[in-house]
Amino acid sequence: MAQSEGQKVEGQQHPIGIYFKIWGLLFVLSTFSYLVDYFHIHSYLRWSLILIFMVLKAGLIVAVFMHMMWERLALMYAILLPPLLVLLFVAIMVFESDYTFFTRGIFFAAGS
Amino acid sequence: MTQSALTSTGEPHARPQGWQGITADWSSDQRAFKNVPWGKAMMWIFLLSDTFIFTCFLLSYMTVRISSTVPWPNPSEIFALEIGGESIPLILIAIMTFILISSSGTMAMAVNFGYRHDRVKSAVLMLVTAAFGATFVGMQAFEWTKLIMEEGIRPWGNPFGAAQFGSSFFMITGFHGFHVSVGVVFLIITARKVWRGDYDRNVRGFFTSRKGNYEAVEIMGLYWHFVDLVWVFIFAVFYLW
Repeated sequence: MAQSEGQKVEGQQHPIGIYFKIWGLLFVLSTFSYLVDYFHIHSYLRWSLILIFMVLKAGLIVAVFMHMMWERLALMYAILLPPLLVLLFVAIMVFESDYTFFTRGIFFAAGS
Repeated sequence: MTQSALTSTGEPHARPQGWQGITADWSSDQRAFKNVPWGKAMMWIFLLSDTFIFTCFLLSYMTVRISSTVPWPNPSEIFALEIGGESIPLILIAIMTFILISSSGTMAMAVNFGYRHDRVKSAVLMLVTAAFGATFVGMQAFEWTKLIMEEGIRPWGNPFGAAQFGSSFFMITGFHGFHVSVGVVFLIITARKVWRGDYDRNVRGFFTSRKGNYEAVEIMGLYWHFVDLVWVFIFAVFYLW
């Protein structure tokens, strides 16, 4: 990026156009995820679409708006790796709540 | 050229990239985040911890929803709004989403103009961001009022199905709304400092008594984008599920 006349340019400095592009993309993605609900798309297609749009939006915000893609790898890993490990926690809780649902089914069906 | 280090570490050599860069950055008894000022690194670490808090909320919501034997209230119908005699699903939530995304856009540009020392544009864009944030909180207040007064949803039960719907909803959106409100207050404080040129005249902060610089705008931006980021997840897993 060229330094503008005599001004001290420091820190994260990028052309302003990229923010407009990401802004537009986020609008489009949000519209898409809203339309998923509006057109009553169901089952696995609904889930995959919602999650894809969610991850894309989150990625764009972190990478560009929060400038993560221009940071050094050490910071990227320190901040982005721990939340990724949360996915394991999610898997554990899905397993656990499925089991709870199953035992509740048995318990309630027995007429307590 | 593009490598504009914020703080001079007195290192004339180019730093190694990739995996070698990670080991080199973390080792040998030195600061790990080379070109990131401490304030920004601390904001990132705070946001990481905040991520875990929201993760716990969303995970507990997911757990009660999956394990509930009673049907879960349909968010698409509950959050529908009557406009011109027609019921449009989730329309208020969609508008709130667009407002928050727009506020993120204006904030990103405020950071950009801050680093260019364009004080007026930066401060105005931050005030626009704050206005978007306040609008968002206002719409949330409207949504809560409608849910409590008209639909009779309470944290301990509701007429539509699983009782946990209310507690999850008020807890998650309430905590997020609180984050937005705090952000609005700090946006106004930072905008005032930028407007007065505190960061150009090395004025000491009223609370920390430290001299600030335009990194403060980027740190403010990080927090604000995080609020938007959390909303992305809430929108997907709470309203669209």
